Amino acid sequence: MKWNIKDAEHWSWKKYPEGALILEGGNAAYYKTGGWRTDKPAWDEEKCTQCLICWISCPDSSIIVKDEKWDSFDYDHCKGCGICAKVCPVDAISMHPEGGEE
Amino acid sequence: MATIKELSRKPELLTGGHRLCAGCGASIAVRQVLLGANDQVIAGSATGCLEVSTTPYPFSAWKIPFIHNAFENSAATISGVEAAYNALKRRGKIEKKMKFVAFGGDGGTYDIGLQSLSGAMERGHDMVYVCYDNGAYMNTGIQRSGSTPFGAATTTSPAGKVRPGKPQQRKDLTQIIAAHNIPYVAQASISHWKDLVKKAEKAFSVEGPAFLNVMAPCPRGWRTPNEITIEISKISVQTGFWPLYEVEDGEWKLNFKPKELKPITDFLKPQGRFRHLFKPGNEHLLETAQAEIDKNWSWLKKRCGVE
Repeated sequence: MKWNIKDAEHWSWKKYPEGALILEGGNAAYYKTGGWRTDKPAWDEEKCTQCLICWISCPDSSIIVKDEKWDSFDYDHCKGCGICAKVCPVDAISMHPEGGEE
Repeated sequence: MATIKELSRKPELLTGGHRLCAGCGASIAVRQVLLGANDQVIAGSATGCLEVSTTPYPFSAWKIPFIHNAFENSAATISGVEAAYNALKRRGKIEKKMKFVAFGGDGGTYDIGLQSLSGAMERGHDMVYVCYDNGAYMNTGIQRSGSTPFGAATTTSPAGKVRPGKPQQRKDLTQIIAAHNIPYVAQASISHWKDLVKKAEKAFSVEGPAFLNVMAPCPRGWRTPNEITIEISKISVQTGFWPLYEVEDGEWKLNFKPKELKPITDFLKPQGRFRHLFKPGNEHLLETAQAEIDKNWSWLKKRCGVE
């Protein structure tokens, strides 16, 4: 279900659904937490063994896996905690300061 | 059980964009627990970091139905949802198979929600209760709870000249719930995902109440770097601070048996909340912490019939 909350901060009380319902599950995804990041993860395809331990250890559901293969980081939501880099058994993920050179 | 590759095909039920801190153990615990579910799941959460951060109105990070409730009654609320589901099912108004899960932090489970949890377990509802245990009331600013370990500095058990952090030992909630003689009780850690997902799968598949106590570190409250959340949970298991075991229909089983436990200092040292224990003159506190671990470990081994 699509529920437009873009201008929610300007809503009057009449616009809120009764019972403080949230009418769209998972709409937190519209809120970008990527801006919290100070360190940015980078992935090395050659080193990666597709064990996916980074994916199951990510607190922000920010490692996207497609067809059982590592696909990408969700930089819109990744907070740069560095857990993925730490748990990787083959050092295929490294952390780099945000805004620095790649 | 499914392999990690098969699990990766399951839909993501908790989206990014929730406001939990970077490196939080709670959302890792939730993601891994939900991977164990094979039917539609309805969730609720006791007030705590998890609830306020995943559902700041008008946002919700849950792609499954989620019900808000107060601090003390997440087990009661979910048991009520389960009862309503059964009533609707009897009248033929719902056919879909559904499972019910209540989440709570250690504050909402060990202390504030203990009575409602005990009641729901005793009434035998078909539900799963998951405690994500980070050892203090982190949401309100790191106050001590019944789960806070001995010696930990919190804002209500500060370490100073007179008192060296929390003077009491933590209580063992998993055993309290095991004493309810429900079909399934287990202790798990986010560092051992295979064990955790398997336990969640068992918990969801039993008919009747099930309880999971999950180690979920808090970088903010433990004063640890964000990136070591998984590593420190692994050390908590290896030192015997957080043994992995399950009680299935009264059968106790130890799931992780190291030849020798690592010293408890391996777990305490990386954490800022235990820094004062390593000052000269406080050696006896470390000995006390180690003695408690040794005592509990040998008791648990005996209980599980392991030598």
